[in-house]
Amino acid sequence: MNLDALTPIFVSTVVAATPLIYAALGELVTEKAGVLNLGVEGMMLVGAVVGFIVGLSSGSLVLGYLAAACAGVALSLVFGFLTITLQANQVATGLALTLFGAGLSAFVGRSYAGQPIDGAGPLHIPLLSDIPVIGPLLFSFNLLVYGSIALYFAVQWFLNRSHAGLKLRAIGEAPSVSHAIGHPVLKTRYFAVMFGGACSGIAGAYLSTALTPMWVEGMSSGRGWIALALVVFATWKPLRVLLGAYLFGGVTVLQLYAQGFGLHVPSEFLSMLPYLATIVVLVIICRDPKTILLNQPASLGKAFHPDA
Amino acid sequence: MQAATLKPLRLALRGITKRYPGVVANDNVDLSVQPGEIHALMGENGAGKSTLMKIVYGVTRPDAGTIEWEGERVTIDSPAKARSLGIGMVFQHFSLFETLTVAENIALALDHRDPPSTLDARIIEVSERYGLPVDPRRLVHSMSVGERQRVEIVRCLLQAPRLLIMDEPTSVLTPQAVQKLFGTLRRLALEGISILYISHKLDEIRELCDTATVLRGGRLSGTATPRNEDNAGLARLMIGSDLSVCQLAPKTPGEIMLELTNMSLGSKDPFGTHLRNIDLRVRRGEIVGIAGVSGNGQKELMAALSGEMLSAYAGAVRLAGQPVGLLGPAQRRRLGLSFVPEERLGRGAVPAMCLADNALLTAAQSPGMLRIGMVQRAAARRFAQQVIADFKVKCGGDQSAASSLSGGNLQKFIVGRETILNPQLMIAAQPTWGVDVGASQMIRQALIDLRDRDVAVLVVSEELDELFSICDRIVVIAQGRLSPSRVPAETSVEEIGSWMSGGFINGNESAAEVADAAA
Amino acid sequence: MLQLEKRAAPSNGMRLAAPLFATLLMLVTGLCIFLVLGKNPVDAFRVFFIKPLASLYGLGELLLKTTPLLLCALGLAIGFRSNVWNIGAEGQLTIGGIAGAGVALAFGDTESHWLLPLMLLAGVLGGMAWAAIPAFLRTRFNTSEILVSLMLVYVAQLLLSYLVHGPWRDPDGYNFPQSRMFNDWELLPLLWEGVRTNIGFIFALLLAALSWVFTTKTFAGYRMQVAGLAPAAAAYAGFSERRNIWLALLISGGAAGLAGIGEVAGPIGQLQPQVSPGYGFAAIIVAFVGRLHPLGIVLASLLMSLLYLGGEQAQIELALPSAVTGLFQGLLLFYLLAADLLVNFRVKVSA
Repeated sequence: MNLDALTPIFVSTVVAATPLIYAALGELVTEKAGVLNLGVEGMMLVGAVVGFIVGLSSGSLVLGYLAAACAGVALSLVFGFLTITLQANQVATGLALTLFGAGLSAFVGRSYAGQPIDGAGPLHIPLLSDIPVIGPLLFSFNLLVYGSIALYFAVQWFLNRSHAGLKLRAIGEAPSVSHAIGHPVLKTRYFAVMFGGACSGIAGAYLSTALTPMWVEGMSSGRGWIALALVVFATWKPLRVLLGAYLFGGVTVLQLYAQGFGLHVPSEFLSMLPYLATIVVLVIICRDPKTILLNQPASLGKAFHPDA
Repeated sequence: MQAATLKPLRLALRGITKRYPGVVANDNVDLSVQPGEIHALMGENGAGKSTLMKIVYGVTRPDAGTIEWEGERVTIDSPAKARSLGIGMVFQHFSLFETLTVAENIALALDHRDPPSTLDARIIEVSERYGLPVDPRRLVHSMSVGERQRVEIVRCLLQAPRLLIMDEPTSVLTPQAVQKLFGTLRRLALEGISILYISHKLDEIRELCDTATVLRGGRLSGTATPRNEDNAGLARLMIGSDLSVCQLAPKTPGEIMLELTNMSLGSKDPFGTHLRNIDLRVRRGEIVGIAGVSGNGQKELMAALSGEMLSAYAGAVRLAGQPVGLLGPAQRRRLGLSFVPEERLGRGAVPAMCLADNALLTAAQSPGMLRIGMVQRAAARRFAQQVIADFKVKCGGDQSAASSLSGGNLQKFIVGRETILNPQLMIAAQPTWGVDVGASQMIRQALIDLRDRDVAVLVVSEELDELFSICDRIVVIAQGRLSPSRVPAETSVEEIGSWMSGGFINGNESAAEVADAAA
Repeated sequence: MLQLEKRAAPSNGMRLAAPLFATLLMLVTGLCIFLVLGKNPVDAFRVFFIKPLASLYGLGELLLKTTPLLLCALGLAIGFRSNVWNIGAEGQLTIGGIAGAGVALAFGDTESHWLLPLMLLAGVLGGMAWAAIPAFLRTRFNTSEILVSLMLVYVAQLLLSYLVHGPWRDPDGYNFPQSRMFNDWELLPLLWEGVRTNIGFIFALLLAALSWVFTTKTFAGYRMQVAGLAPAAAAYAGFSERRNIWLALLISGGAAGLAGIGEVAGPIGQLQPQVSPGYGFAAIIVAFVGRLHPLGIVLASLLMSLLYLGGEQAQIELALPSAVTGLFQGLLLFYLLAADLLVNFRVKVSA
């Protein structure tokens, strides 16, 4: 096969992977602070609908993304209030957030379903986009795709190079120790949860304005959960989140091209691939309990109360 | 004297009161510390020492009372504030992050940030000056408890403190390491640093401290000059009565109940200790004690004995001659094993369940508790009531939740439950850890009574005094290996202490390396 | 200022009161939503919560929708009590429907008394088999049952979609993606004349009673509760974690499978691309609102069923979007989780 045929596959892989990168990096930071937010799917859906509505009515997609991030933050604050301040069970609250987000987004988006929107077009970068081969391959994407790469570098730097990131990781390991030496555990966890919310919101907006530029009820179709699985698969490391997201992007794209390769498998079975791949990947990573024990933030999912 | 009166007190607490739901942890407590003084804060478990120190270090805030620092009234509302005043604290359960390096751990607690390069140099400088060797690049989880304590102390010293709080620092050290620590502390005191030394160990306080403030039940029960007192006098201040001593009547042990032969077992915990070539025999009618610094394989050995961790082959563990290495906890219990785990809440008992339901946890297999898979609650209640009565467990009855009991009373309940099950072999891990003196006494006596009834008893403890007073034989665990056994009368604290740092291991590893890792 | 003070022991009264608080708060929020949407709140309230119950037929519908919710939630609750988080009941329900329908499609052309029981059995086994996948992966490979059971929901729905679009499509069905209609002997008998409630509701009530006996009286139930409250204590006592996980997932999978075939061989009467409007997910909420207790779950599933009915009614009469049901469900669970604070804490007013 020649390069011309591969370029669209590569491009659509990157495009499909981008929402997973946002959602999974956001969740990664949340989990590094010791909070397990299973509400990614719900926050994505709300981000999708809010980003779509604001983008459509204001005519500015960037405004839409901002609004989607704010919506994600708002939902994550509800989650944070329940789990961090009120110490509710994180698993149950996360599930509630997903169910609530699904309901809320369907409710808010009811009159927008199926409406067209001018989706995010490729960003034309002078000179770079015009280079043959490399131009279409690397410099033909929309803003959010470049944003996802920037986000990766930012998260990587924050967690491994910055003092604040060290504090956040420490809180995820042992919140009682952090509290004893005087770090603000609850405040940090709130920020981490809000960051996750903002990322999920943007991931959602990407779905409704770039990937399939329209709003459809339940359109994230499990991507929020796949993002959660990606964090485990990545053993809580940003670089592996990035690679994992491209791997999943590739699996998603495969089903689109499979027919073209002369594979006559019913489309439903091809659509199952990302979900089955998620399970397979989880099995591979979790097989040795020590891999998880060594990498998972030690306080993940456990409530912390300063007076206890 | 003139000079002393001119200088203001380093720290003065007046009328400190702190209430928690259901308890008053500190009730109108006064305490004053001179510059350069080593000041003991004494009291038995639950007397309120730790709460008081958390208040000084700004982790908790008092409900009433004032704090004066070098003559000025201050409010300490955070550990950062405490550090900025010049207060450092070494916690009993170390405040270190296992997955981070020494330097990262230290950077996290420094309020003025240093670039990593100069920080490493400063760590090395301070650690060399005070004889506290630490390597800034090492990951904390790979270090022994003794090394971790050094990291904590170095971390405090980097802030040039004028008051250093040490919370039960010797509970994790070998006797030799205790002497080294005392040397460091005396040197710090000579440099003018005040030390608040929290402990319940009378000998150590008499040896080290200039003055002592004693708490009992959250209140001030007196102050003393430890050097001028004897243990009995200090104990009276601390517990309000005389210490009674356990008596072991001479007894010839019977047949072998528990036998481990050359057992090796890897730990499930990535930071755990692997057990290596363990040989151990416990006979009917004897108490065998396992001494050792925590983190040397005690946890793994207990799990291997209880059946929570299975051995590689059945014959690795034998109970009354039967191979049980591949049997789970419930099956081993049926063969006469009882086990009192170290963690009371959450392992030995389910916090949210009532005592009757907690009785079922291990007593379900006793006659009458189950009928065709159905729980007989009346039988469980009777069982719990019997435990409560026989072991004088203070509680609201068999329907009160395990979490509502004090540490000592819950431990009495668990020991009672395991005793009434009529074991052939009783294993107890840290049976009196964090338990008040009255309950400790009772629990030790219960173990001795079992021995006198020809039960084989195995006790793991970090308190050497305890082991010397109740054991027929003592073995030492270090780095996952078990030493030969010694009769207490024929050994000494020094010998056991050197064994605790691996002194009994001869083989390929160099002795120095071994000693350092366990120190 | 309001201050929280930890209670010495969790309050049992609050444990019971919290779901009531949550329901009340949900209703108040509902009124606000109606107001914002420009509806007369009293009217909307009547249409949503009163009208569905005003007729015998309506009551029948209530019990009809209660059935799958109750079945799924009872099973899930047994798992949740022991820290086994099966959130894929929707998928197990779907497979249960497929398996039961498969039996009908294979043998249904001739009338037989054995067919319906066989279909139900197939539904239960199908649900169990689907739940066995996360059970196996969790016990063998340590894989999170949350993520696996959820992923399998999508797989199950795609499988159903394939079947009704492909091999199981009714040849005489004008190309609609659905199976043939079931015969009378393949349908669950109705309980009363004039309502659609079927015998499945009785099964659900029976299961509630059984689950009460299981959780409060049996040693197996006790073991699972210990595992949920204190996993280390369960290991110490020697209760097998493996057995608990398998039991929890098989029970909840089987119950969800029964709910699935109950829908397919009940109100739907054939296999369609969608056999459930999210009962399997709503059941998660039901289980929590019902305090994981069988009696509570019966009440909570009635409430949740009413939310479904009210949503439909409001769509017809007030042109309110039916999505409002999902909104209410989510709100209910949020409020419950917030109200649970009062179980462990006392609110104090301080200066």
